[in-house]
Amino acid sequence: MSDQIINRAGVLVVMEQKSGAAAGGKAGWNRMSFEALAAGQKLAANLGVACSAAVVGAEEITAPLAQEFADKKLEAVWVVGHALLEHYTADGWCTALEQLIAEAKPQYVVFPHTYQVRDFAPALATRLKQVLISDVTAIHDGPVFVRQWMQGKLNADYRHAGDGVCFVSVQAGTFRADAVESGSAEVKQFAPQLDAAQIRTTPSEPFREAAQTVDLTAAPVIVSVGRGIGEQDNLAIVEELAQALGAELAASRPICDNGWLPMERQVGSSGQTVAPKLYLAVGISGAIQHLVGMKGAKTIIAINKDPDAPIFEIADIGVVGDLFEIVPALTRAIKQ
Amino acid sequence: MKILVAIKQVPERDAQIRVGADGRSIDEGDAAWTINEPDAYALEEALQLKEREGAGEVVVLCAGPERATSSLREALAKGADRAIHIVTDDEGTESLAARDTLGVAALLADAAKAESPDLILTGLQSDDLGAGQTGVVLAELLGMPHATLIMHVERAGAGLKVKRELEDGWFQHVEMPLPALLTIQSGGNRLRYATLMGIKKAKSKETRTIDASAATTAVAEIVKVYPPERVKRTEMLTGSADEIAAKIVEKLKFEVKVL
Ligand SMILES: Cc1cc2nc3c(=O)[nH]c(=O)nc-3n(C[C@H](O)[C@H](O)[C@H](O)COP(=O)(O)OP(=O)(O)OC[C@H]3O[C@@H](n4cnc5c(N)ncnc54)[C@H](O)[C@@H]3O)c2cc1C
Ligand SMILES: Nc1ncnc2c1ncn2[C@@H]1O[C@H](COP(=O)(O)O)[C@@H](O)[C@H]1O
Repeated sequence: MSDQIINRAGVLVVMEQKSGAAAGGKAGWNRMSFEALAAGQKLAANLGVACSAAVVGAEEITAPLAQEFADKKLEAVWVVGHALLEHYTADGWCTALEQLIAEAKPQYVVFPHTYQVRDFAPALATRLKQVLISDVTAIHDGPVFVRQWMQGKLNADYRHAGDGVCFVSVQAGTFRADAVESGSAEVKQFAPQLDAAQIRTTPSEPFREAAQTVDLTAAPVIVSVGRGIGEQDNLAIVEELAQALGAELAASRPICDNGWLPMERQVGSSGQTVAPKLYLAVGISGAIQHLVGMKGAKTIIAINKDPDAPIFEIADIGVVGDLFEIVPALTRAIKQ
Repeated sequence: MKILVAIKQVPERDAQIRVGADGRSIDEGDAAWTINEPDAYALEEALQLKEREGAGEVVVLCAGPERATSSLREALAKGADRAIHIVTDDEGTESLAARDTLGVAALLADAAKAESPDLILTGLQSDDLGAGQTGVVLAELLGMPHATLIMHVERAGAGLKVKRELEDGWFQHVEMPLPALLTIQSGGNRLRYATLMGIKKAKSKETRTIDASAATTAVAEIVKVYPPERVKRTEMLTGSADEIAAKIVEKLKFEVKVL
């Protein structure tokens, strides 16, 4: 059957549930799911179509979770359940969702841009000869989907061409979870046809590396250093600043990737999420994966030589300049 | 094990980036180019796997215009055995930029099929477009199992056991049969530099060029590229380094109240 003769309508939001160790032992949501739900509801309202949601997993996990939607403004909540969906696999999720899409016939499928979605949604889109428009930061009339290029230095507007399903994932923090509209929703069960042979990967339980020795989440003041520091030997100047301020030292990913600071000091989507009174970002560009870990700070000060660095988008106080001049001067001034 | 590593050439991080004349691309005029960073980690993982096994071949694969040869040469100098360059037009409807993820992955898939590799490694995301998808799409086109955000790869029987990064500092092991495709996250290894010896050796290594097949209509269509509007009003401090330092101390004392 070609896509042309399928009557597609509406928006389907695929929510992400979490269970097992990484979710603290009980079933719950990846918090970005509700941001995606708000995005889906808004897109549907703008297009004048209905919005539905889906949750995938083993039935005993998803069925109780789906009850949380009963009071949301949705046409339907699809509970996509199967014993082979107890643990996440790309093959399981793609197969189940491909079948759900064939049943529900949405025009748009919206995901939160989580690590799990990165893992399966491009393959799902490929099965339907489509391309996921990923990590979207805004949706305008049209609809036009805004993505970031060059880690936030440029914006690019995308449109979906053709009559097929349009797959979109939304960036963390772009839509507000508390904007989800209330109403009512019909809960529908959907049992996909799955065969163990279709699932080629075998996942094991999530784990953490050796116990953390620093708790950045409790630090009231954090000095955080990025690739602008240039070399490991230069770290001394930020260490001195941190000491003068009584602050913990944190870093962006490349600093930890290089082994200059231990990974437990990494702030961002793969590292710690912090909310100190003061976050002083030194030589950090402000990529989204870093921002999600620190944007909750009460005051953000950024020192960067590039006036267009995306970090200034969220900084309260900014200094455009060379960190090798500013940081030592600041340490001196604090000590006085 | 025959390992194929997909490498994209992207603008240098510190490069001044401007919008291209067509309003839908990056101006290539004054950019300097480099290997996409996660792809350098993918290459490193491939080289270490080969070294651990004491046998095998590492082939680097890139779709891009003429300029991309410099990145392939760099990969050869670091230790890749061979290179394949799918040559696209510099600009226009047959350029790399005119193809969406599916279009680029289809180019890579054609070249990969001819090689029948045991393992394909890509970076998890390109620094310029940031789609984070090409590897997964390529796996699907080739009918291979895949895993993303991989920090470490080891053999497990006839297949692989990989360490996958999850959010918030969690990890997970995943096992899968070969052939398979993995998208590599940065930081799993330390990157090597090309040695003088490596640079010399690279000159005698093979780079095969293939003309890119005709581009098909993009499903994800780029309408416009532009510098983002600044919405937040950041208070910018100016002056000499000492003046700025004094202003910050002032704020830390009386506004932020951490001194
Ligand atoms: C799935 C995924 C997960 C990720 N997880 C994380 C994460 O948890 N945490 C994280 O941080 N990143 C993460 N990243 C990486 C992220 O995308 C960025 O690549 C990274 O945050 C960039 O670090 P940076 O700002 O230090 O380096 P760059 O982006 O290279 O920025 C360096 C900055 O320093 C400035 N600079 C240079 N020299 C000077 C000077 N002399 N004085 C002042 N300023 C100077 C430059 O103008 C530039 O803005 C992740 C990426 C992906 C795809
Ligand atoms: N033109 C290309 N040539 C070779 N590999 C590519 C190309 N484009 C993307 N890739 C690979 O796919 C990964 C993800 O890219 P992207 O989907 O653009 O974020 C990159 O890290 C590369 O390994």
